[in-house]
Amino acid sequence: MSDQYSAWQLILNGDAALFAIVRLSLAVSLSAVALAALIGMPLGALLALARFPGRSVLVVLLNALMGLPPVVVGLAVYLLLSRSGPLGAMGILFTPTAMVIAQTILIVPIIAALTRQTIEDLWAEYRDELTAMDVSQTGRMVTLLWDARFSLLTALLAGFGRAAAEVGAVMIVGGNIDGFTRTMTTAVALETSKGNLPLALGLGLVLVAIVLAINAAAWGTRVWSERQVG
Amino acid sequence: MAFRLVSLASAFAFGVLAGLAPASAQDRSIVVASTTSTQDSGLFGHLLPLFKARTNIEVKVIAQGTGQALDTARRGDADVVFVHARSQEEKFVTDGFGVKRFDVMYNDFVLIGPKGDPAGVKGKDIETALRAIQAKAAPFVSRGDKSGTHSAELALWKQAGIDIAAAKGPWYREIGQGMGPALNTAGAMNGYVLADRGTWISFRNRGELEIAVEGDKRLFNQYGVILVNPEKFPSVKKEFGQIFIDWLVSAEGQAAIAAYKIDGQQLFFPNAEKKAS
Repeated sequence: MSDQYSAWQLILNGDAALFAIVRLSLAVSLSAVALAALIGMPLGALLALARFPGRSVLVVLLNALMGLPPVVVGLAVYLLLSRSGPLGAMGILFTPTAMVIAQTILIVPIIAALTRQTIEDLWAEYRDELTAMDVSQTGRMVTLLWDARFSLLTALLAGFGRAAAEVGAVMIVGGNIDGFTRTMTTAVALETSKGNLPLALGLGLVLVAIVLAINAAAWGTRVWSERQVG
Repeated sequence: MAFRLVSLASAFAFGVLAGLAPASAQDRSIVVASTTSTQDSGLFGHLLPLFKARTNIEVKVIAQGTGQALDTARRGDADVVFVHARSQEEKFVTDGFGVKRFDVMYNDFVLIGPKGDPAGVKGKDIETALRAIQAKAAPFVSRGDKSGTHSAELALWKQAGIDIAAAKGPWYREIGQGMGPALNTAGAMNGYVLADRGTWISFRNRGELEIAVEGDKRLFNQYGVILVNPEKFPSVKKEFGQIFIDWLVSAEGQAAIAAYKIDGQQLFFPNAEKKAS
């Protein structure tokens, strides 16, 4: 990206570097949301339905982990993936894969905790029915998750919002490498440090607009499919 | 239906991961841990396309302070370091983490201050200026991040006969951030700050700041480049890293450094030793 241009000129000119940055940001954050959903939703549902000693502690812990500082997650993943760290041989530090891993760890608690709450509320409603029908634990989880799918969209969006907005973790494990691991947020941080505040602000607005568009699309999908279901 | 959704999500995640994973087989790229000054000044944006056109090697730059850049290399996470704190660099090599250090280029530090010059340091030499700032307790922004500029600043306080660890008060503000944020902070609090000239020339949010002290020979700022020791870390791409270093100190690389200008001002001055070959 050239310093001489404002963010709007970059958009209007179809600046290739800007679009590469947007594409990478979306690819990383959406992958992290998908992976975190695969882990967090079953985890949340299990925690909602299972009864075991120490469950309350786990619920509180999960809720607390929603506030994990990105920079701490970034540092932990950095130490894991560093050549001197236990997983150093994989050689994935300073790559988008490392960024997906860090963001996934960051948002699994968010998706799991919100799923747990949603499913638990739903369980109160369906308890008698599902108990009478003698549905297995797994069956209950799947039924409730499926039934709550529209509410769970909010959990996914919360996770996505967190992933798309954070800068601490991707900066540390990605390294903000031009054309390779530079995302919207790290680009904003870089332009700010160059004293190029108008461009930094412009990029920030582009990021906000994209997040808004994705939320609008999710809302539209929800309304549309709820109508389909009737 | 639920199952289909799950498979869709997994396929998406793993598909993207596979697409993002580095193609290690024909991966002609190296990781260079360097300083914020070389990146924020735009030097790498100028040099790397030239180097890539010549060698088809991609250089991935991680821009950190000199201390952090050397630490990244010490963990084996970079192939080459390109920094500016000679004593730290020499220690890095003697400790066995680096192969050999090469001089590449220099620029100089400048003392930046508000136009009003509350400490009255304009045109003085750097030692007198620092003593005046301390005596008047004028706001001073320190990088405080073990960067090359931070090391240089600490050395200058010492030369001025001030034990900054003991003398610092509320006027001395360590922000622990890069050169750009330090300049932004100095601008916001009408303070003084030591900056490398390259970052200063390319900095766009100057506000009321201007150069207060320059041209003192104690403000000399040398950059060096080192290949990370492949005996310590077999993952180091020594051939490509060495090609990059050789290019930087070659006539072609040195000319490319000299050719980088912003608003007609040259930012870095090449000074690699002429090689006999």
